[in-house]
Amino acid sequence: MMFALTALVLAGFAAPWLCRAWGPRAAGRMALLPAALFVWFLAQLPAVRAGDALVQGFAWLPGLGFDFTLYLDGLALLFALLITGIGTFVVWYSGAYLKEDPASHRFIAVLFLFMASMLGVVLADNVIVLFVFWELTSFTSYLLIGHHHEDDSSRKSALQALLVTGLGGLFLLAGLILLGLAGDSYDLSVLMENKALAEHPLFPAALGLLLVGAFTKSAQFPFHFWLPNAMAAPTPASAYLHSSTMVKAGVYLLARLHPVASESALWLAVVPVVGAATLGIGACMAYGQTILKRLLAYTTVAALGAMVMLLGLGVEGAAKAAMTFLLAHALYKASLFLVAGIIDHETGEKDVRRLGGLRTHLPWTACGAGLAAVSMMGVPPTFGFLGKELLYAAGEWPWVFAVSVLAGVFFFVVAALTGLKPFLGAVQPTPHTPHHEAPVALWAGPVVMGALGVLFGLVAPALGHHLIGPAVTSVLGQPAEVKLALWHGWNKELMWSLATLAMGGAALALLPRIRPALERLAAVTAWGPDRAYQGALALLNAVAKGQTRILQSGSLRTYLEITLLFVLATGGTWMLRSQPVPVAHAETSITMSDVVIVTLILVATLGAVFSPSRMAAIASLGVVGYAVALLFVLYGAPDLAMTQLVIETLTVILFVLAFHRLPPFTRRSSARLQLLDILPAALVGIFMAALTLAANRANFAEPISGFFAEHSWKSAYGKNIVNVILVDFRALDTLGEITVLAVAGLGVIALLKLRLVGKGGPS
Amino acid sequence: MNLLLAPIVLPLLFAILALFALHHPRAQRALALAGTGLLAIVSVALLLSVRAGGIVAVQVGHWPAPFGITIVADLFGAIMVVLASLTGFAIALYSIGVHDRARERHGYYPLLLVLLMGVNGAFLTGDLFNLYVWFEVMLMASFVLLALGCEKPQIEGAVKYVALNFFSSALFLAAAGLIYGVLGTLNMADLAQKVAAVEDKRLLTSMALLLLAAFGIKAAMFPLFFWLPASYHTPPPAVSALFAGLLTKVGVYALIRTFTLIFPLEPTFTQPLVLWLAALTMITGVLGAAAQMEFRRVLSFHIVSQIGYMIMGLALFTPLALAGAVFYIMHHIIVKTNLFLVSGVVHYLRGTGELKQLGGFYRAHPWIAILFLIPALSLAGLPPLSGFFAKLTLIVAGLQQQAYLIVGAALGVSLLTLFSMTKIWGEVFWKAAPGRPEPDAPPALEPARLRLMIAAIVLLAAITVVIGLAAGPLFTLAMEAAGQLMNPQPYIEAVLGGAP
Repeated sequence: MMFALTALVLAGFAAPWLCRAWGPRAAGRMALLPAALFVWFLAQLPAVRAGDALVQGFAWLPGLGFDFTLYLDGLALLFALLITGIGTFVVWYSGAYLKEDPASHRFIAVLFLFMASMLGVVLADNVIVLFVFWELTSFTSYLLIGHHHEDDSSRKSALQALLVTGLGGLFLLAGLILLGLAGDSYDLSVLMENKALAEHPLFPAALGLLLVGAFTKSAQFPFHFWLPNAMAAPTPASAYLHSSTMVKAGVYLLARLHPVASESALWLAVVPVVGAATLGIGACMAYGQTILKRLLAYTTVAALGAMVMLLGLGVEGAAKAAMTFLLAHALYKASLFLVAGIIDHETGEKDVRRLGGLRTHLPWTACGAGLAAVSMMGVPPTFGFLGKELLYAAGEWPWVFAVSVLAGVFFFVVAALTGLKPFLGAVQPTPHTPHHEAPVALWAGPVVMGALGVLFGLVAPALGHHLIGPAVTSVLGQPAEVKLALWHGWNKELMWSLATLAMGGAALALLPRIRPALERLAAVTAWGPDRAYQGALALLNAVAKGQTRILQSGSLRTYLEITLLFVLATGGTWMLRSQPVPVAHAETSITMSDVVIVTLILVATLGAVFSPSRMAAIASLGVVGYAVALLFVLYGAPDLAMTQLVIETLTVILFVLAFHRLPPFTRRSSARLQLLDILPAALVGIFMAALTLAANRANFAEPISGFFAEHSWKSAYGKNIVNVILVDFRALDTLGEITVLAVAGLGVIALLKLRLVGKGGPS
Repeated sequence: MNLLLAPIVLPLLFAILALFALHHPRAQRALALAGTGLLAIVSVALLLSVRAGGIVAVQVGHWPAPFGITIVADLFGAIMVVLASLTGFAIALYSIGVHDRARERHGYYPLLLVLLMGVNGAFLTGDLFNLYVWFEVMLMASFVLLALGCEKPQIEGAVKYVALNFFSSALFLAAAGLIYGVLGTLNMADLAQKVAAVEDKRLLTSMALLLLAAFGIKAAMFPLFFWLPASYHTPPPAVSALFAGLLTKVGVYALIRTFTLIFPLEPTFTQPLVLWLAALTMITGVLGAAAQMEFRRVLSFHIVSQIGYMIMGLALFTPLALAGAVFYIMHHIIVKTNLFLVSGVVHYLRGTGELKQLGGFYRAHPWIAILFLIPALSLAGLPPLSGFFAKLTLIVAGLQQQAYLIVGAALGVSLLTLFSMTKIWGEVFWKAAPGRPEPDAPPALEPARLRLMIAAIVLLAAITVVIGLAAGPLFTLAMEAAGQLMNPQPYIEAVLGGAP
């Protein structure tokens, strides 16, 4: 399995070169890789059916408990066969379909990367491995939907699909980790044998999160809207990702969780209802469409709903029906999508109403389309007929049955419109007129898959035993035997199945008359979740712009004010709350000289703030500095006082020299704003003063200064302790400060000399 | 022992040499490349030796701790030095490609080297005041680099940058003074011991909160990040890239060091506070990015947002969460630097960073497109790129602690990050180039210069890919680093071991 993933990834990276080297034959040759993998997976069938799941892995993130483990059981095998089998035809098809596209090599490269990711999802045993590949399918899908990336709507659709499935991915990740925490293992094979898991208090939360992930990926209501929009992708991608494989990843996840989760009340309450709602909505919306690919897209939504509904019922019969229907759907839907692509490619026409009589020019395509259509309609003895019968037999719930029959009728109509109508009847004029059949690369897929859809009906018992049975075993978590047969006698399901065909025929005949009404309905549904998505994006932009305008206003004054308020809100509130500072009385006595000096400092500070000229402000600051120096003198630090005096003198002189050429000082803030500014400034000042007072009184440990006094002369041979500290004890600090000075000097020169003209940024 | 001082001394030495060669651009470029290259080798050697032999410490001038200054490297510090040095090398390479003669003649390379010296000093010092000194070295060098050229937006950004950062310095200095006042020491290991011995920590917490504000400004934490989006889009791209990679991370480093070693977060007040700040940093940052339509402005706001994740790792305060933070930093420095470098290439090729005026890069330069996607998707946390493992670790750690709100925020923000990365992707790469006449189109880059710039980007992209592929071993490394952070006793012993 590991080699399969590696080979596909390597093929993806090599695709651009291979396409250049092999030219138009590249896709056909590259399709041999998935074909070979298909054969390999097929060869695993006997072992898997015998109950020997294939396990591989290596230690990956041992510290987190995540190992890179892969696991091939019946369910994984069914999906792996679909992925590699359909993938073979899709790759081959893409080469011919995108022959004229200069970026076709990129498309094929991403297609292979997608194939590897999708295969990884179904083979993953470890939940994080599953998640990794799950996200990669989302991203490769984004690249494929946006293949025509110069087109605005393609980009929008790609982004929508990415955001919706990405949103689900977040829920999925949280759910998977919670599941792992609850079950004490991150391996699905271990988790799903732990039946007690459903009783864990974390389980409902985990399941809820996982369901959102599955629903977004499998386009379940209300997240279904991204799928029809994803039809902006080139048709082979739609056929592959958005009908037969990636959108089934959610269904796969539900099937995977089924053994444990189907026991829980949340599952039974939510999953069938969401599935049924999706089935109904998809079917109704499909009915009003006329564009081939959109018609197919909505029936895909409906079909996914059917699978989800079936799995949600949590009974054995429904699980069988789900797996059978899944296989049948994958075959006919991929065929019909590929046919839609051929029709578009050969005629340039996308609207079913303007298509007809193509059978003469496109006989093989018509053949494939017809086979797929009868399977989708559920005509006996096709495989689709079997799938529909099992669907009808799935449960005793009348509403399930009613929704299923309704869906069956719609499927009949869509199958007839997409698979039969374009080929029957009189030839209609189209933008291009096909003169000959499309290349074999295009029609091979529809013909083979369409034929399989019929053949599988005929060999149903063997298929049920060898392929569907092991898958159902995985879904149920216990051995299950699946007996498929076309003929069960004249029972209720058969009657209803035939009745569905008749009703479908009637609906088809009525369609032209009720289409206007349906179009009005479609206008109403435009107010659905798609609108909500647009609204959410608009809201996000508005909120983002609003908050940024408030926070990042561009005003330095606001920035400083918020910073001050932050200091108050953290340190200040902490002090108020915990009251570590008994500041009520100061112990040291206050002398007259203190009062004088402090008053001097205060007055000078106010003078600096309020003075209208720079010179006066600088002079006032000088006064503050000298006054502080006086305090140093009074409190026994003459060396500090000396330093302070020198620095203050120098600073004032430098400032005066630098500032006297500047234009006159202007006030930017109004008087009212300045008054407001006093508050935070004063509060921060009070806070710092209180903190300093408190620190002055507290003494938690013996200071290290004693060492300096002792060793200054003895070990460092210096008499001035401050000097020794600067040049010896803490010489590294001085080295740093010297560097700062040097850089400052360099900066002054550079800033004065180098003036680049320009509007900014690189010049 | 010499290995430990080399990350500080080497850049200083090469800066001085480059200063002597100020008017010989070729010699300067050679010195810058040799200096940063040598630095990278030495740093990796240091990390390997710390990994093999445990924490190493040097008492500068042989004055025993806690009286002199101790330089010390534990795993976290050594990892940071390696990242800084690798980034420095890539920036030097890219700058040589940019070939900005005017700035080169005015001390560009010496400033770059001094900045690296300051950054490495901050990562390796074991002394609170010495950390302040390295902050000053960084601040001065970065300010001059930011303003070098004196273009009008540069000056405007630089003024905000320097004003708010000076305020941070003032707070730091005040806090350091107060702490020395009550504890009588500046050695961080010694402080850790003395703080642990204090019973009533209320007053100390007030001082710790001052440090939170001071380092919070440096780290561009909410609501103190204004200087960053105001200035990072103004200097030449190589300078923005260097700042984007390193400067805020020094703040984060200081936060993590302070609040694990000296003032371990307390569940009563500081831990929930920091957790809230982490969440708000993530959210406001990413929303800020969503509102931007200029390449580097988008990226700048994302720095803020990502800082939130790193602080989240600190705030959860478990070994796993801190490992997440360490892993996040490892991934982020490389990725963020690289995104700015890519934005620079786009800027040099088209003469603008406005998303609306760009387009067509996927068609015209598919390689640049891929080189953008690697860091961009990694930033958004797309598996299996490096950012995914960083986020995964934090999310697992958060869920283990039942911190559901912050996990929800972290997940939501990662989707919004993906949203803004796809915005850049859509506008610059996918969209067709707007067909407007360009009268003042800049001259096309010479291929030789472009190759050097791309080489730097490829180097960093390769590191990102390797971090993703070797996530297991690197995660183990991050766990070991986090283990040392959560259990500081070996650090304290390594620093004070020889002390009386």
